[in-house]
Amino acid sequence: MNTLQQVRFIGKPLVFTACLLPFGYAALAAFGLAGDLGANPVEALLDHFGNWGLRFVMLALAVTPLRKISGWNWLSRFRRMLGLFAFFYVLLHFLTWFILDQGMALSAILEDIVKRPFITLGFAALLLLTALAATSTAAARRRLGRRWQQLHYSVYFVGVLGVWHYWWQVKADVREPLIYAAILTALLGYRLVEHRRQKTRRRAAARNQ
Amino acid sequence: MLIRKAPDILPSQITSKSNYLNRRAFMQAGGALGAAAIAGPALGAMVPAGDRAKIENVAKSRFSTGERANSYEDITTYNNYYEFGTGKGDPVDNAEDFEARPWSITVDGEADITGTFDFDDFIKPFAVEERIYRMRCVEAWSMVIPWVGISLADVVKRFKPNSKAKYVAFETLEDKQRMPGQRSRVLDWPYREGLTIAEATHPLAILAIGLYGEVLPNQNGAPIRLVVPWKYGFKGIKGIVRMRFVETMPQTSWNMSAPHEYGFYANVNPNVDHPRWSQARERRIGAGLFADKIPTRMFNGYEDEVASLYTGLDLRKNF
Repeated sequence: MNTLQQVRFIGKPLVFTACLLPFGYAALAAFGLAGDLGANPVEALLDHFGNWGLRFVMLALAVTPLRKISGWNWLSRFRRMLGLFAFFYVLLHFLTWFILDQGMALSAILEDIVKRPFITLGFAALLLLTALAATSTAAARRRLGRRWQQLHYSVYFVGVLGVWHYWWQVKADVREPLIYAAILTALLGYRLVEHRRQKTRRRAAARNQ
Repeated sequence: MLIRKAPDILPSQITSKSNYLNRRAFMQAGGALGAAAIAGPALGAMVPAGDRAKIENVAKSRFSTGERANSYEDITTYNNYYEFGTGKGDPVDNAEDFEARPWSITVDGEADITGTFDFDDFIKPFAVEERIYRMRCVEAWSMVIPWVGISLADVVKRFKPNSKAKYVAFETLEDKQRMPGQRSRVLDWPYREGLTIAEATHPLAILAIGLYGEVLPNQNGAPIRLVVPWKYGFKGIKGIVRMRFVETMPQTSWNMSAPHEYGFYANVNPNVDHPRWSQARERRIGAGLFADKIPTRMFNGYEDEVASLYTGLDLRKNF
């Protein structure tokens, strides 16, 4: 098997299964089959899915820096899957809020989205992620051409909105949101530095010609 | 040669005449009970040592709600007590080895009787009651909790606050060794809370010393904590070591941390939203994954009893 085949037939099924574990755990705990969601199960699910949504956004954003640093180009084969799992967990986070927490009370939900800045931020992140997930197929990529890349750069905003949403949600203890903020800063900072370096390299090359 | 001797008794330690007479009346009343029980001095509040030890002579109260109380498990595994960590599962994990004895409480400020009292002496003069109260957290969840406590009004009156005393300020123990959550600066320690004298002498306000007829668990504020059922839960300061009678509104921890989000009064009010979330509804803990939220009631359902405390006060401004 060459590397591509290894990724396709071994790597992807393994990673896919691993990505489903947080969902499996939540499903088992919700029905009392394993673990425990504690005294406030709705809040526990909300936190669980929200946390994993943010973690998968970070994982998807980590692919490119890791690939460039390690030179393992096959890593990029996992980027779409990780991004789609980010969408999956953020959607579950939203649905837990929409159905279990708010009881589908539309007026209260709309009020929250409009009036509570941290919910507005989270909702904006969900809308962006939905657009990215909907255009994640090869066909959509071909159809959109150059605009596809432009659209998919907005995953950076998803990261910022997600961390911000978390930050504004906590009461006083910002240590966990701070960790996500630090990771995001590193991931986006890497891109900024790379971008600058390439620019200078290109300029130098142009001068030398 | 003049040999000066330091006074043995501070003026503040001298029992006032009225208090002395009160005590006589109290002892006589108790004597009648004691004669019947032979056992003798089982009078007033007594908290036995030991985990989950039973508290004796707990009277029922007409202030108790008939709503179904939350399980012991829910009440003791899901709560906020930042001295033991900021997660709601942290207090039960981190307070396990906490020693709530020996414990003393300092009473000072604008009162005739002040001093530092051992916990057992502090609670002894008071009758113990079970008070099953609704507890509404500012985070929009709620429980029904069968506290065992003593009337705060009785406690306040015993120390005879003078005419300058307009507020009662409370403080939690500050001890980074015993309360590991205090190693982080998430709040400005020690935890502080306060009530107006009128609030503190309202019959609904209690100092809780027990739960479900047993000694108060560490994670819920052992050995003694405030319970003010018409206010958001964060007013219920835990692990109290100081009670001070003051003339001006005391500083309170969450108000110091985020003044536009948490006011001094912190009365439960479905019409005044927290800046970041609605207070119109609450999730009743224990109702299960698929239960709807329930509407939050004005003053947490204690409106008939306490609304008169706030006549003329703009509750939107004084949130």
